[in-house]
Amino acid sequence: MNLTLKIWRQKDSKAKGQMVDYKVTDISEHMSFLEMMDVLNEQLVNTGEEPVAFDHDCREGICGMCSLYINGEAHGPDRGITTCQLHMRMFKDGDTITIEPWRAAAFPVIKDLIVDRMAFERIQQAGGFISVNTSGNTQDANSLPISKIAADEAMDAATCIGCGACVATCKNSSAMLFVGAKVSQYALLPQGQVEAPERVKNMVAQMDLEGFGNCTNTGACEVECPKGITLENIARMNRELMKANI
Amino acid sequence: MALDSKVPKGPIKDKWTDYKNNINLVNPANKRNIDIIVVGTGLAGGSAAATLAELGYNVKAFAYQDSPRRAHSIAAQGGINAAKNYQGDGDSNYRLFYDTVKGGDYRSREANVYRLAEVSGNIIDQCVAQGVPFARDYGGLLDNRSFGGVLVSRTFYAKGQTGQQLLLGAYSAMNRQIARGKIQMYNRHEMLDVVKIDGKARGIIARDLITGELERHSAHAVVIATGGYGNVYFLSTNAMGSNATAAWKIHKKGAYFANPCFTQIHPTCIPRSGDYQSKLTLMSESLRNDGRIWVPAKIEDAKAIQQGKLKPTDLAEEDRDYYLERRYPAFGNLVPRDVASRAAKERCDAGYGVNATGEAVYLDFASAIQRYGTEQAKIHNIKNPSEAKIYELGQAVVEAKYGNLFQMYEKIVDENPYKTPMMIYPATHYTMGGIWVDYNLMTTVEGLYCIGEANFSDHGANRLGASALMQGLADGYFVLPYTIGDYLSHDIRTGKIPTDTKEFDEVEKEVKDRIDFFINNKGTKSVDHFHKRLGKVMWDKVGMSRNAKDLTAAMAEIKAIREEFWKDVKVPGSANEMNVELEKAGRVADFLELGELFAKDALVREESCGGHFREESAELDGPQKGEAKRNDKDFAFVSAWEYKGEPADAVLHKEQLEFKDIELKQRSYK
Repeated sequence: MNLTLKIWRQKDSKAKGQMVDYKVTDISEHMSFLEMMDVLNEQLVNTGEEPVAFDHDCREGICGMCSLYINGEAHGPDRGITTCQLHMRMFKDGDTITIEPWRAAAFPVIKDLIVDRMAFERIQQAGGFISVNTSGNTQDANSLPISKIAADEAMDAATCIGCGACVATCKNSSAMLFVGAKVSQYALLPQGQVEAPERVKNMVAQMDLEGFGNCTNTGACEVECPKGITLENIARMNRELMKANI
Repeated sequence: MALDSKVPKGPIKDKWTDYKNNINLVNPANKRNIDIIVVGTGLAGGSAAATLAELGYNVKAFAYQDSPRRAHSIAAQGGINAAKNYQGDGDSNYRLFYDTVKGGDYRSREANVYRLAEVSGNIIDQCVAQGVPFARDYGGLLDNRSFGGVLVSRTFYAKGQTGQQLLLGAYSAMNRQIARGKIQMYNRHEMLDVVKIDGKARGIIARDLITGELERHSAHAVVIATGGYGNVYFLSTNAMGSNATAAWKIHKKGAYFANPCFTQIHPTCIPRSGDYQSKLTLMSESLRNDGRIWVPAKIEDAKAIQQGKLKPTDLAEEDRDYYLERRYPAFGNLVPRDVASRAAKERCDAGYGVNATGEAVYLDFASAIQRYGTEQAKIHNIKNPSEAKIYELGQAVVEAKYGNLFQMYEKIVDENPYKTPMMIYPATHYTMGGIWVDYNLMTTVEGLYCIGEANFSDHGANRLGASALMQGLADGYFVLPYTIGDYLSHDIRTGKIPTDTKEFDEVEKEVKDRIDFFINNKGTKSVDHFHKRLGKVMWDKVGMSRNAKDLTAAMAEIKAIREEFWKDVKVPGSANEMNVELEKAGRVADFLELGELFAKDALVREESCGGHFREESAELDGPQKGEAKRNDKDFAFVSAWEYKGEPADAVLHKEQLEFKDIELKQRSYK
């Protein structure tokens, strides 16, 4: 298929960006979206132009590096996947595809389609851990049974890949789904209980400091999340925060 | 230089404990004056950085990704082994040790592997304490599954995302130390060379990938944890950015490179679909717990399937060849990876492949769905369940176990694997070879350590499933933090290492010259063009099955591609900005050297062992006919290569392997 691409180009964080049109031809429907981008970049390199910079690494939907806003949707027009898992069979010959970086004040553009997600790092550093040393001198792993239901729920929360689609898609640029997932993982496990009040207070405080917006229960984040993290996690975070403040 | 593995004396069971009791320690006040650089933040690097910082050292950690959480350990799916014997099926440290040495086809160092088995249980304790949500059974205890090459259930897992959860555990431990200021984290930075002072590793030159600026970082010791070199094949299950640059650069500065030809071709990956393909996707080995692998028994059926005239579900049971169950009745679908991969290649080469390219076999869940469905019907007391009901119940069980993998497959291939068998084919996945290290995990350069997949130490010629995560975390949490103290105890009076010295000047200049060369070369072909050509030579001639003629040809071809690369590569943009093509150019330049050494190592090793299959060395008759033939008399050694300029001129040093606790015998899975 032949396609027209409208891509955000921006030289660096200080430069003014703009949308630029490109054409790609003979794209197979079996290609992944990023392989289509590879074809474009090979084309650009061969004509002496600078290729489009975009984040990507594992290309199997788990590292959370890829981050494109495609035709107005985080990770493009499919559900439960990242951009690297999006395939060209979702598009038709002759389509025009608009490709933008994540848009959020807390995620400034570094170059072209690459954004800076250090705000997520700082939130995790504020409390996204259990304060146990890695000495190995802990108790035997089976000495504390954990109900399968709690363990499975904690696992579902823990699958967050930190891609930032939730923020990008939210009209308030809220990071509550991301923070709620981490808070929930630990809140659901006995190991996380000891520091639970401090953790949620610190992570939420950092989240606010970074300039992420608040949650107004639109639910767009849940729809776009490639790992199916649910709004329940935001509710749990709010409950934990309330508990911690009482 | 003679190789000294520094394996402690004494019975294998006591070596590590006695050794730890007797090595030097650094007092906590002195640790505050010692700096350590850790390059790479996957399971090995992340766990090492966190632990070293907890101990009190000042750690500088480097990752090319925008966060340590994105290192490619995250993509490990199936699980992590540990000799906990929670299932009461006879597991023990000795059995894990034995399985790993046997699985590695007797080409690993006994003492290292025993230590790995010894600390394996601690890893699970540690991870649970960190809040890693491992799978549990209804009683609330930890669940296990089986992996290839073993007869017990010792694999702990977190759905199909075990690597992710373990890495997030190590990442959380790092975050705690970053918040305390004990780890300085350098995201989006790439190490481009190591700096040696008086023969000791004392720092690195790194490039800030956002600004393009070169930076000098000094330390009392440098730890390389940058993973494997599978991307030398261009197509592999590695991440796009996974590279061998750090490992290759330290090799050029004196670290010996061990067993480069020991590479794992994983049997269960999604087959390639076209020339545009950028990477291959793994389907976890855990699927072989329940999936049965087959091809059509009749060549005419295979042809019809290849032409799209016949569907796999049309074939009757007796027309299917479950070739692993046929050839290896004892282990069946759970034979080790090297054996499973070669068996798939053998069937496809004989014309029985099941997709248009003829390079795919089926992985079928129909009988597992049937079995689980029947069991569930009994549990739920459903009398005379219909076929559809059984299928529905069985599918739910399979979905709970492997749901995310099935979803991944469906998104890529656009077929529902619950209804039609998956298609799989082998792909490059893991490299057992790597930088040579001694028992302390120190390379042949003083103060330079190498851990995780980047080193060669524990897996011999073939790694068993769920052992990579175990080794990465064992090295980082429980081995290196002890052994590095012994070395650093001599450095307590050294003080801060200055970076304004001639040694740093020289290395920085080398790095800068090379970058400037790429920018100014203005050739005509892209970096990927050369990488793909290298990958094709590697796959065709240094792949699953190797012979002297092809290997010799491969060495010459790789050299020719390398020469052309340096003449004609084209890198747009400039050095002082984010420049993805420039990053790739440096990495591919190193792969073009490593690939030749890889072929040379494969040529020298005239035996078949593990993932290294030499066509000249196969069993000619008897029950093992066609299987790999190892040669312990001449090849029971580690090949450690010393850099001498051109890869073809590398000098071979041999570390003889001694087997005192395990009897050397032919690996049989029949």
